[in-house]
Amino acid sequence: MKKNSQLSIKSIVAIGIGAALFFVLGRFVSIPSPVPNTTINIQYGILGIFSVIYGPLVGAVSGLIGHILIDLSWGSPWWSWIIASAVYGAVVGFSQKKLNIENGVFGGKEILLFNLFQISGHIISWIVIAPVLDILIYSEPVEKLFAQGLTAAIANSISTAIVGTILLIAYAKTRISEGSLDKED
Amino acid sequence: MTAILSYIKKDSLIHKMAGTTKFFFFLLWSIAAMITYDTRVLVGMFFCGCILFKLAGLKWKEVRFALVFMFVLMTINLVGIYIFAPEQGVVIYGSRQVIAKLFWHYTVTIEQLFYLFNFFMKYMAVIPIALLFILTTNPSEFAASLNQIGVSYRISYSVAIALRYIPDIQRDYREISQSAQARGVELGKEAKLRKRLKNSAAILFPLVLSSIERIETIANAMELRGFGKYKKRTWIMRKKMEKRDYAAIAFGVVILGISLYMIFHNEGRFYNPF
Repeated sequence: MKKNSQLSIKSIVAIGIGAALFFVLGRFVSIPSPVPNTTINIQYGILGIFSVIYGPLVGAVSGLIGHILIDLSWGSPWWSWIIASAVYGAVVGFSQKKLNIENGVFGGKEILLFNLFQISGHIISWIVIAPVLDILIYSEPVEKLFAQGLTAAIANSISTAIVGTILLIAYAKTRISEGSLDKED
Repeated sequence: MTAILSYIKKDSLIHKMAGTTKFFFFLLWSIAAMITYDTRVLVGMFFCGCILFKLAGLKWKEVRFALVFMFVLMTINLVGIYIFAPEQGVVIYGSRQVIAKLFWHYTVTIEQLFYLFNFFMKYMAVIPIALLFILTTNPSEFAASLNQIGVSYRISYSVAIALRYIPDIQRDYREISQSAQARGVELGKEAKLRKRLKNSAAILFPLVLSSIERIETIANAMELRGFGKYKKRTWIMRKKMEKRDYAAIAFGVVILGISLYMIFHNEGRFYNPF
């Protein structure tokens, strides 16, 4: 296959399907949480998996498109949080090379690594990027934004830790690991 | 739960315009509303938006659900701002006129009310145009529009794929979740939170696997048809730009220009009547 500097066809399709999944899960599937009027977002777990499998670019762009579509379907986009979703997808995607999930190995070390990446992704997105952009764009009070960001970061990290980890373990099992075949004596 | 905003087919001037125009106009408009905090500009934009909304032959009734939802969200937001920072307006406008004292350090000041009103208008200024864009643009035309304003056709095609496969994935999700529930996987209020998340993973796993399989199939089909061989691509849904399209874009640029000009005029983003 010839090497192409542009997006591969597989990445293009992965972005589209990833965004569609993000949209469907974010828009229609909500898990009620103990706090009234708050639901748990599971779409970030799925976005995390796509980032790990297909890399940072696919993660970022499908987060961006998916989040724009969700906001548009409600009526109006909130740009700061859209960008934060894209950043989260990119940050988790940087673990792609280190995890190498296609090898079929996803043990304790990989679980730890994935969660480190996803938690830092959530922290960067919701406690740094989203509030800073909200201050720049909407001049909202700092205290409110960081309280909001902190809640989002914690809730999203927990749901990604559970959903993302379980799914990645299961996904790794469907891959054929290197050297899994033994020569018969 | 299917109260989702989407394209409504109608015959109006706005519907006939190119998707590219509407998308570009929407971007110009939301950037203009994003940068300014000038009350006069925001109120003017809101009224212009309402006129355009009427011009498209759309009825408020058709978007009532979305509006109610947005008002609830906005109210929560405004109350949140007040609770966390009751003096934000005083800080911004540099004066303090107290109307009423509530309790503890919560007072009602004209500045705070004015700031909250501006915040509200910032959102309101975009809503009519955002709704206009969503309700009058054919989704199939949207990808062509993205490409036309300079987004690479590969990314535009990703958007087209996303829009095309949303109904499919929705159906998949429903089927998988129903068959899982038939087997006793509980997702409702009865299950504990941790259990609920774990159970949702049980539903998501087949969904993710089938999606990944789908990616392979679509990618192979596109590869076989030679997708990405050329630098350019044509779109069957692309509409030709006409005079009225350029006029609309010019109008959007003027609005953005006014919004920028007011920043220099006011020596800052805020219009300060105090």
